[in-house]
Amino acid sequence: MELIVALLIGVLTGSGVWLILRPRTYQVILGLALISYGVNLFIFVMGWVRGGIPAILDAASKPDFSRFADPLPQALVLTAIVISFATTALFLVVLLAARGLTGTDHVDGEEREE
Amino acid sequence: MAGGDVIRFVVPWASALGLEFNLRLDGFSWVFTLLVSGISFLVVLYARYYMSASDPVPRFYAFFLAFMGAMLGVVLSGNLLQLVFFWELTSFCSFLLIGYWHTNTAARDGARMALVITSIGGLSLFAGVMIIGSIAGSYDLDAVIRARDAIQADPLYLTALMLVLVGAFTKSAQFPFHFWLPHAMAAPTPVSAFLHSAAMVKLGVFLMMRLWPVLAGTDAWMWTVGSVGLVTLVLGAYIAIFQHDIKGLLAYSTVSHLGLITVLLGLNSPLAVVAAIFHTLNHATFKASLFMAAGIVDHETGTRDIRRLSGLYRFMPITATLATVAAAAMAGVPLLNGFLSKEMFFSEALEVAGPSGSLNQALPYLAVAWGVFSVAYSIRFIHGVFLGPAPAGLPRIPQEPPRWMRFPIELLVIACLAVGILPAITIGPFLDVAVRAILSQEVPVYNLAVWHGFNLPLAMSIAALVGGVLLYLLLRRVFARGSELTPLLPPIEGRSTFERLFLAVTRGWPRAVERNIGTKRLQVQLRWITIVAFVAGLWPVLKSGLDRGPLASTTVDAPLAIACAVGAVCAVAAAYLARFHRFAALLFTGGAGLSVCLIFIRMAAPDLALTQLLVEIVTTVLLLLGLRWLPKRVEVPPTAKVRRASQVRRGRDLLVATACGAGLAMLAYAVMTRPLPEQAISKFFVEHALPDGGGLNVVNVIIVDFRGFDTLGEITVLAVVGLTIYALLRRFRPARESLHHPAENQACPDADQEMLVPGVLMRVMFPMIVVFAAYLLWRGHNAPGGGFAAGVALAIGVILQYMAGGTRWAEAQLALRPMRWIGGGLLMAAGTGAGAWLFGYPFLTSHTAQLDLPIFGILHLPTALFFDLGVFALVVGAIGLVLIALGHQSTRHRWN
Repeated sequence: MELIVALLIGVLTGSGVWLILRPRTYQVILGLALISYGVNLFIFVMGWVRGGIPAILDAASKPDFSRFADPLPQALVLTAIVISFATTALFLVVLLAARGLTGTDHVDGEEREE
Repeated sequence: MAGGDVIRFVVPWASALGLEFNLRLDGFSWVFTLLVSGISFLVVLYARYYMSASDPVPRFYAFFLAFMGAMLGVVLSGNLLQLVFFWELTSFCSFLLIGYWHTNTAARDGARMALVITSIGGLSLFAGVMIIGSIAGSYDLDAVIRARDAIQADPLYLTALMLVLVGAFTKSAQFPFHFWLPHAMAAPTPVSAFLHSAAMVKLGVFLMMRLWPVLAGTDAWMWTVGSVGLVTLVLGAYIAIFQHDIKGLLAYSTVSHLGLITVLLGLNSPLAVVAAIFHTLNHATFKASLFMAAGIVDHETGTRDIRRLSGLYRFMPITATLATVAAAAMAGVPLLNGFLSKEMFFSEALEVAGPSGSLNQALPYLAVAWGVFSVAYSIRFIHGVFLGPAPAGLPRIPQEPPRWMRFPIELLVIACLAVGILPAITIGPFLDVAVRAILSQEVPVYNLAVWHGFNLPLAMSIAALVGGVLLYLLLRRVFARGSELTPLLPPIEGRSTFERLFLAVTRGWPRAVERNIGTKRLQVQLRWITIVAFVAGLWPVLKSGLDRGPLASTTVDAPLAIACAVGAVCAVAAAYLARFHRFAALLFTGGAGLSVCLIFIRMAAPDLALTQLLVEIVTTVLLLLGLRWLPKRVEVPPTAKVRRASQVRRGRDLLVATACGAGLAMLAYAVMTRPLPEQAISKFFVEHALPDGGGLNVVNVIIVDFRGFDTLGEITVLAVVGLTIYALLRRFRPARESLHHPAENQACPDADQEMLVPGVLMRVMFPMIVVFAAYLLWRGHNAPGGGFAAGVALAIGVILQYMAGGTRWAEAQLALRPMRWIGGGLLMAAGTGAGAWLFGYPFLTSHTAQLDLPIFGILHLPTALFFDLGVFALVVGAIGLVLIALGHQSTRHRWN
């Protein structure tokens, strides 16, 4: 199972990297989204190794750390999801503004002979 | 303090780093403090009359007092790092003061030059101090002084010495950095009188004196300090003779006198240190008064050019007399303070025992030459300005200045006379205290008397006086020619060299670098960033290898494996289709996101799954709204040449992408097959979530409590992004061709009426969504949910109204004020954090109240809930702002 998840992380990131190297702004924005999936998953599995149940405690008993999935990477990824949403939104608007100002959706703001 | 005591005031700060606010007052800094505050008081008084009503006077005093504070900070620092800090502050304040008349080009250039030179020196000093501190093991001044032997024996001693000396030389305008000081004379004269006589330029020599017990005593010190001082001493005095601007003359004279102090410090003799401190005090007295006199001349006549001035004695006899006495002190005429320290210098020059015999013998002659030059420029100043025939063609008719403008000069001149006539009573005690603080045990026997009998130093003084008068008479014809150049010196000007170097470093070199390795193309930049990141990741792997860990593989979980496979296919499809089929690519990206969401559910992360799902919806809607404004992409069959180039490029990018993906996959695999380290901090969070955070959902407790400060930063970012988007879209100008209605919509011009049934459904749904969001928020602390998820959920409710009812209807019905939500949310979150202060706890400390309510039973009410409420409001506001701003754009085509 580890191998399959690792491969998914690789494919997500690879596709994302491919897209951010493309010349169109829309490709770059999708690429960033894919990279953030890959990287979020990567951070998340740093704590998944032990497996376990969701880190929702039972008020009655003293928590036994070994039973739960690691909550710390989850908290980090939760933050990362929100921030990557914010950057995607910002980038989208910059993209639209650039498109309006330069008349093209090329990342350099002008069409290139290629 | 006379007994050698030291008064301290220490406020600990980052003690582990050797940083503390440490004020240390010993005899030496006491005398310097007295000097600085005394002269600055006089200058403040003087400036009251000097500054014209049209100048922004409050700004002048603000800068001036800030400078004085920084100066006192340097003098009173007991910690070397703190000293460097204040040192830089004086550079900065002097920049503001020199550039005070900022409309004047000369002032701006002079200020910039002074700033650049002195801050280069400041950085160099910083580096030197760090070396000294690391050798001594502390930055505390006393510890450093105690570590003298260790420092001098260290192989880095020479480096540290040179770095510190560059700092001192730049500040005290020593050769070859002397040229900034004359250009700094574009400052208002009170500034010159303070900064360039008593204060800032004295910092360099102050530092050399302060560190004299630590650094001096070696041949390296003697060679560097001695020779630099000697060159400056003679050169400065020589150039001063040929200046036509009286402030320029005084500036070069200052350079020369600072050189004198430097030479004395470089002689490695305790007696010479006494002379150096003595001359520092004397020079400050007579030079400040001379600058003020020059300022009066400028103020009253409107010019500072010696060639245009003459005979001012007729108009301002008192000022002329005062200036003459001060200038005589500068020239070293007996019965004035300058004479005494000059005699001390001469006798030291005769007794010097340096490593180079010929230089030892040459020193007395150079000293006399300096004396001759000093006398010559002093005479030029007095004779050129105050004596001779009445001036012709002055801009103003001069007269005596106001009573209190002259008062500071009178006081200083009286001091010159008093010290010159009765040194032992007047200056003796002060000098003694200062010297004792620097030299501690080895205070030499010195005799402050006016009359030492007929000896060689006296003969040298007489020779200098006579020689100076003769030189002035000889040179009168040269002065009359009025040439701007200094005879016998190559016409190399420090300033033009500086400007050339400055331009090269700030413009020439960067441009050359940009031409050769820069690019404006984003793709190239991104490719390089990716490659560098990949190599940075590869580097440790190459060194230590990347093998599989010891844990056995878990069995394949079928649903999870299917989700992974779907995610991978979606990602590749999105990458493939993004160019020509944007909508399909967007759906595939969403598919990849959903498969990640499924993985979160399967891997015991309900909070993540919830947030991911909600964010996924919002992101997709957002991108859909954006699609409308992108240009139509038409596939054009490329030519053979373009196709080949593009194949090469795509092949290269594919390689980079594959390498990155494979690298991350291998890294993830290697980590997943290893057990968690023993000291993992997650355990702490699990065990403390309930007792300390008052919540059962550990992830949420981490976010709103343990790492609440991070979250506060994060929501601030969200708020800033929201506002930025709003600002960007306010001035959004879509491309012309996007303004037309898309062809598909032309058939039904009023789309708002179309979706009646879904519209009504969504309206009914809206209250339910609101309740659902509230539920998520409320339970977040103990079960999956929380402020983020709730905020996004409510935002989705709003979006649904837009989608189903149309932008115009939604805008008319829903008066959502996103700005208020953002502001309120941020205030609430920060206010909850600040609330902890009221109870004496650090920022963002949380507290759980136990409420025993009749119906609800025992209720835990953590303060973190209010924090989460702030997060919720802010998320609603930010997402709402973005979506409303984007959605509003769709109404545009109607207006055009």
